[in-house]
Amino acid sequence: MICEKCHERPATLHYTNVVNGKKTEVHLCETCAQEKGNKSLFNGYAGFSINDLLGGLLNGVAFQQSHNSVAHREELRCPKCHMIYQQFVEIGRFGCSECYSTFKNHLVPVLKRLHSGNIVHTGKIPKKAGGNISLKKRIEELKQDLKSSIDQEEFESAANIRDEIRALEKEMNNSQEGGGQT
Amino acid sequence: MSLERFLKNAVSSWMSEEGPDSDIVLSSRVRLARNLREYKFPIIFSRDEAEAIIQWAKNDLSSLPVSNTCSLELLTMNDLKPIEKRVLVEKHLVSPNLAENAPFGAVLLSNNEEVSVMINEEDHIRIQCLYPGLQLKEALVMAGQVDDWIEDKGVYAFDEERGYLTSCPTNVGTGLRASVMMHLPGLVLTRQINRIIPAINQLGLVVRGIYGEGSEALGNIFQISNQITLGKSEEDIVEDLLSVVEQIIDRERSAREALVETSDIQLEDRVFRSYGILANARVIETKEAAKCLSDLRLGIDLGYIKDIPKTILNELMILTQPGFLQQYAGGPLNPDERDIRRAALIRERLMLEENRD
Repeated sequence: MICEKCHERPATLHYTNVVNGKKTEVHLCETCAQEKGNKSLFNGYAGFSINDLLGGLLNGVAFQQSHNSVAHREELRCPKCHMIYQQFVEIGRFGCSECYSTFKNHLVPVLKRLHSGNIVHTGKIPKKAGGNISLKKRIEELKQDLKSSIDQEEFESAANIRDEIRALEKEMNNSQEGGGQT
Repeated sequence: MSLERFLKNAVSSWMSEEGPDSDIVLSSRVRLARNLREYKFPIIFSRDEAEAIIQWAKNDLSSLPVSNTCSLELLTMNDLKPIEKRVLVEKHLVSPNLAENAPFGAVLLSNNEEVSVMINEEDHIRIQCLYPGLQLKEALVMAGQVDDWIEDKGVYAFDEERGYLTSCPTNVGTGLRASVMMHLPGLVLTRQINRIIPAINQLGLVVRGIYGEGSEALGNIFQISNQITLGKSEEDIVEDLLSVVEQIIDRERSAREALVETSDIQLEDRVFRSYGILANARVIETKEAAKCLSDLRLGIDLGYIKDIPKTILNELMILTQPGFLQQYAGGPLNPDERDIRRAALIRERLMLEENRD
């Protein structure tokens, strides 16, 4: 087998990565493999990072989208770090947290591929940066409980839940008026 | 420096202590990726931003109450010699990327080396907790506490829909990578590993060799970690990984039993040959050392060898890496010199055990 990069030397490094059942194979000669490995200080660690593979994946997505939104995408530039979408596709990493909202529309298919179809965070919520999110989520849950209590004609527990919701809503309004950082 | 004293300084708790299921699981690790809202991500941030973050870490984080006896010490990468950085990498306390490519990188280390917080790696903050044996839940709890303390001192980049925002979208959401390092000689010898790895991949988990991405499985040691970070809670991610790991442990145990049943004498021969090489070789490469250490460890687990502690594999796999050998030698070594030094270190280490009786 010949190296797929220089097409001259025989490929001695065969690298296979399987993510979610999707297989990617790379065949390189030692020289090209070392170049690819970031001219590593520790040659033992040289290898492919997830970002190298991600680059290919993002390009695939970009290609699919290019039919309808080439002009639109080229104009997209993050107001905070000035990154454009094409740069993100090349390096596979964002420049700042604003990029997530700047490139929001392009990001959904990418996230779906990376995270088995998931696009919404359901884990931990930080106390400060999360602001009222945990309160909001709790109120949503309680409203569901309230509805099922009423459906089952358990009016006493429904009244308790209603009171709890009111208290939480009050707390939320207070914190918003007070600057939202508490 | 005597070997005994060198070991005292070199060995972290995850290498020298035994944890639950430590006949198969060498260590458990949880990593959380976090960023500060205020600054651009490390791939494009300015020098001023980088220095502001380091200063913040120095002032506000180095006094974190990690545990009752434990404080965090800040080491900046620029102040370290290449060999010292390499040792940190070999101990899995910092990533190769931080040591090599992060000009403004730093790490906060707890004195028992169970907690390390990398600053200005791919993300501003990467919290890591490393425990011996199978202790993923414990590691997650500890990482969560460190996370809460750090959040108290800064404002994270967080989005209601996307969760914790990270430089690479493969980490967004929980920012959680949970991994276990497993010694699986039984599954390798019985060739079951070739069928098991694809099955693990199907479940959204990743299998790698001992030193992370792209490395082959030296010494039958495999690292298994979650791939998906978005759309699942931290607890579910850890729970899903655990359930797979527990199944692999069962398979490995039955593979070992089957090996003893079907080829007892051949296995014993293999173990003692490797022991012989380790105890007598004058020149030994990393690869051969890793293979022999794996055999020796299997021999200890199966009871063929009784007077050597189990943790010798964890310990010597790390101590025979190039960085450690050079630190022990007190200066740079070329590859040939390293192979000689490695053989000497292993011989001395085994001798230390014999003299203990």
